Amino acid sequence: QSTLVVAEHNNDKLTPITLNTITAASKLGGDVSCLVAGTNCSKVVEEISKIQGVKKVLVAQHDSYKGALPEELTPLILETQKQFNFTHICAGASAFGKNLLPRVAAKLDVAPISDIIEIKSPDTFVRTIYAGNALSTVKCDEAVKVFTVRGTSFEAASPGGGSATSEEVAATSPVAISEWLEQNLTKSDRPELTSAKTVISGGRGLKSGDNFKLLYDLADKLNAAVGASRAAVDAGYVPNDMQVGQTGKIVAPDLYIAVGISGAIQHLAGMKDRKDTILKNYFTKIFIHFVFLPKMTETVHILTKTL
Amino acid sequence: MSGRVLVGVKRVIDYAVKIRVKPDNSGVVTDGVKHSMNPFCEIAVEEAVKLKEKKLVKEVVAVSCGPQQVQETIRTALAMGADRGIHVEVSGKDYESLGPLQVSKIMAALAKKEEAQLLILGKQAIDDDCNQTGQMTAALLDWPQGTFASEVTVEGEKLKVVREIDGGLETIKINLPAVLTADLRLNTPRYATLPNIMKAKKKKITQVKPSDLGVDLTSRLQVLRVDEPPQRQAGVKVETVDDLVSKLRECGRI
Repeated sequence: QSTLVVAEHNNDKLTPITLNTITAASKLGGDVSCLVAGTNCSKVVEEISKIQGVKKVLVAQHDSYKGALPEELTPLILETQKQFNFTHICAGASAFGKNLLPRVAAKLDVAPISDIIEIKSPDTFVRTIYAGNALSTVKCDEAVKVFTVRGTSFEAASPGGGSATSEEVAATSPVAISEWLEQNLTKSDRPELTSAKTVISGGRGLKSGDNFKLLYDLADKLNAAVGASRAAVDAGYVPNDMQVGQTGKIVAPDLYIAVGISGAIQHLAGMKDRKDTILKNYFTKIFIHFVFLPKMTETVHILTKTL
Repeated sequence: MSGRVLVGVKRVIDYAVKIRVKPDNSGVVTDGVKHSMNPFCEIAVEEAVKLKEKKLVKEVVAVSCGPQQVQETIRTALAMGADRGIHVEVSGKDYESLGPLQVSKIMAALAKKEEAQLLILGKQAIDDDCNQTGQMTAALLDWPQGTFASEVTVEGEKLKVVREIDGGLETIKINLPAVLTADLRLNTPRYATLPNIMKAKKKKITQVKPSDLGVDLTSRLQVLRVDEPPQRQAGVKVETVDDLVSKLRECGRI
């Protein structure tokens, strides 16, 4: 038994969800190898070789791996699989993993399992369905188990103390049916949403993008990440990468403060793993720990000042 | 670009319905529950119909796999502007175990049979939340994939696709034929008007069997059980901001 983790990185740094994925892979038993495909990724290779639990780092470098296009990475993973015969292939359930692993699975003629939250045994996994309103336990009888891992459901592997060996794998020839043009990433000094201990989210009730400043001010006091409901993103108040919910980010903070959010089930899906919720809204239909009903924006102001 | 577009439409429990897990933990209750087209599939249909209105494609074909009832979902797509439908008949045990791998085999076979130039699917279905079918169909056809699309522009024989990714947006250019999967902000689906619903009744829906397409529906995934998520404890109510802050401090959250 052996597992391949497809590492997500930007050639410079590893994306944190890879650490959670390595923990999930370690739970399966057997050796854990990591595949790093990129254009110039020696720094990432070094970073991964120190992670606890990783036995081997497989490295493939080629210009065609720029932008991590699934059309280019899939043949590489298939070649790697031919060589090493892993029993499991996994990646984080991020936009990267969700884009790539189903393509790999189809080529292997196996049914992949998305976004697992628990490993019962090497062939049995738990995942959420219906926006987290039910949990499904799935047994997979495929020869190779291909799955993506929900980062918030597994601890991050320790980034130090490991001593993996690294090995070059031959780059596959370019498929050249797709081309990566650019990325526009939102820059923020606040913690990353999916791993933040405190999250403050705003909804349509905030009425404008400008009013999100209220949340940013409070977030800076609490060292919190700021998220949003789909309605707020759709209304153009904030960019899409702030969306928390069924189709957005899954968060698992100790404290979740929702401001102007009605609590649609699609949003709740993204924050089921929170520990406490303060709901500042006129609607109180979601599970709450602290209820607060007076005027919303005023309360946030006072809270920011008090802290 | 001037070819045919295939759009996948899935019939799911309506997004507004609060689902219930069956007492025997074998699944969720579907009998007597309102069903609708998967919201992401509506966005896919809208995008295809828009391409037709811009005269960039010649025909929009809506495909759904399942029992007789999925024809309602196909009719909705036809009322939104699709030209004709294909109902892939899957029922009973086969339908229960029908997953993204089987559906992608069906879609890939139909794409070849219909000589489609473009496939548009929703990025995920809101029932199983898998987010796989588009990627897998693209793989089986060896076509490029523009997943989680929030903007699509036709540039000659290529597509420029702006994709929603974790940190923001990404732009790629892909060759045709291709598979697209629709994200939330790609467009706002139109409502089917009454005259268009009437017109849709006259549009043709062809029925095919997976075996006609050479697709084997064997599944090697087995759902052992479905459970309710753990329930949360009820909250406490506080009167003032000071109370709130002291409670939060008490339990170490701030």
